[in-house]
Amino acid sequence: MECSEGEKYIKIKESFAPLRTAAVRRLLQMHYDSHIGHIGGNLSCLDTLLLLHHYIMQHDDLFVLSKGHAAGALYITLWSLGELDDSLLTTFHADGSRLGGHPLSNWHPRIPVSTGSLGHGLPMAVGMALAKKLRGEPGRVYCLTSDGEWQEGSNWEALIFACHNRLQQLTILVDHNGWQGFGSTTEVASMADLAPRIAAFGPAVPSVNGHDPVALYQALTPRVAVSGHPAVLLLETIKGHGISFMENRLESHYLPLDKAGLELALRELAGRAIS
Amino acid sequence: MRNAVCSALLSLFGRHPFVFLTGDLGFQALEPLRAVMGEKFINAGISEQNMISVAAGLAQQGMLTWTYSLGSFAYARPFEQIRNDVCLQSLPVKLVGNGGGYAYGAMGPSHHALEDYGILLTLPGMRVHVPIFGKDVQPIVARMSVSPAPGYLRLGRCECPPGYTVPLYAPWRRLLAGRGTPTLVVGPVAGPLLAACLSMERDVRPDIWGVTELPVRSSEMPAAFLAVVRQQRRLCVVEEHVAHGGVGQMVAHELLTMGVSMDTVLHAHAHGYPSATCGSQAFHRRESALDAPSILRLLGLGS
Repeated sequence: MECSEGEKYIKIKESFAPLRTAAVRRLLQMHYDSHIGHIGGNLSCLDTLLLLHHYIMQHDDLFVLSKGHAAGALYITLWSLGELDDSLLTTFHADGSRLGGHPLSNWHPRIPVSTGSLGHGLPMAVGMALAKKLRGEPGRVYCLTSDGEWQEGSNWEALIFACHNRLQQLTILVDHNGWQGFGSTTEVASMADLAPRIAAFGPAVPSVNGHDPVALYQALTPRVAVSGHPAVLLLETIKGHGISFMENRLESHYLPLDKAGLELALRELAGRAIS
Repeated sequence: MRNAVCSALLSLFGRHPFVFLTGDLGFQALEPLRAVMGEKFINAGISEQNMISVAAGLAQQGMLTWTYSLGSFAYARPFEQIRNDVCLQSLPVKLVGNGGGYAYGAMGPSHHALEDYGILLTLPGMRVHVPIFGKDVQPIVARMSVSPAPGYLRLGRCECPPGYTVPLYAPWRRLLAGRGTPTLVVGPVAGPLLAACLSMERDVRPDIWGVTELPVRSSEMPAAFLAVVRQQRRLCVVEEHVAHGGVGQMVAHELLTMGVSMDTVLHAHAHGYPSATCGSQAFHRRESALDAPSILRLLGLGS
């Protein structure tokens, strides 16, 4: 028997919380073990990656991580799906590993393209969505960009192309955490009002709390765009989300965790899971 | 050669469908292709970076994709896209750049492609094709279409001299037999040189060879070419491309690696813009000593 919408949302909320806690715990441990930063931008988008891969994406769908520096969040998401062995996570950033600081393609079916240099993932996702359109194939292409990444001209080129060619097969997700490598997006490029700028090209640009699984679920369903444009969703997120001393801190973009930081973060996480 | 590439792709499309993206170029050349290809012919607009990445995305999904632009726009602006999205991911995107070398003449340096293949050949897997004659385009397009590697097709103007019979296509071939200095030519700049040499005595004129597929590999050099170079211990390379990363350097490296001793290596190549002025392709060739009289002087055959 099918459950009601309300019951479905309760189930999502209940099942998502432990999933997220385990994922954040493993992500922090992986970054600590490898002494690698970029944690803040991973934590701002991890909820979206988990929700998308566990609750939304179907067999024919594809995902492109245009903000490749969030590779850790992608690896942890695949780990949470049982599609990446835990032993592989221990190789993160190691010599001979496939788990680099930015995703490498051609080895895992859920990582269709390599990314890392910003402004590449979206245009490639546009090409993949175009392939689906030309062949009349089912499925969507989801592409997660950062917000600072929209300072790259190639993203706007891709947006123009996607809108003009009415690529309804494409969903563009923007991790709007307000921070980039050396300042806030407002300080660096007056980019706080990204939504109306994107909307000026045609698509509606709703925003959603990127840390609320039910709100994310609702925003990502139905899966079919009705406007004729690609779907665009602005994720209102917090850099370093869930770890008090990382939240909205520029340092969380690059700096790794030390042992004390890891222990504090895990204690916070445990406390939150209990409460 | 634009019309030749259009005909070649038209012929190919019927057998092996592909997607064609143009960066808003091809007026009065690609209309027949657009008419046949329907929605698979896409004007990607003036956005070369996006065009290359979109092509990579299509190729990632298994769709053979050709892109088209003006030579310098095809490789210089979207270099990072060619590097990261195409070559580093081993995707079979085929780039067509029209107007290699100084072909766009007085349009100016922004429209010239003087370092295109040198730069592109630094990328993994990249194969470059430089037709010498219009007739080369069809077999080259056929070869590119079946190759799983990324490819770059550098088009120029067909400068085949009247009365000259183009030898059957091969990536390496002798264009004009002679007993003079073995001379390896890249691209249409061979045309005026051939025209100047056709009436010369065979004992005097250079032994002119053409290479159309790069990088130069010793394993692909014909035995007859190697034999004449070994015998004469001389070689001249002519190319409408800067010296750095050009065929002259490639060939010298390959020959040295093979242990072929040389007394003299001559290299006629693009020198950029010595006078800092603009002019026709012929003007720029003269400034770079790439015109036929200058090449003959380099070979010791002119006054």
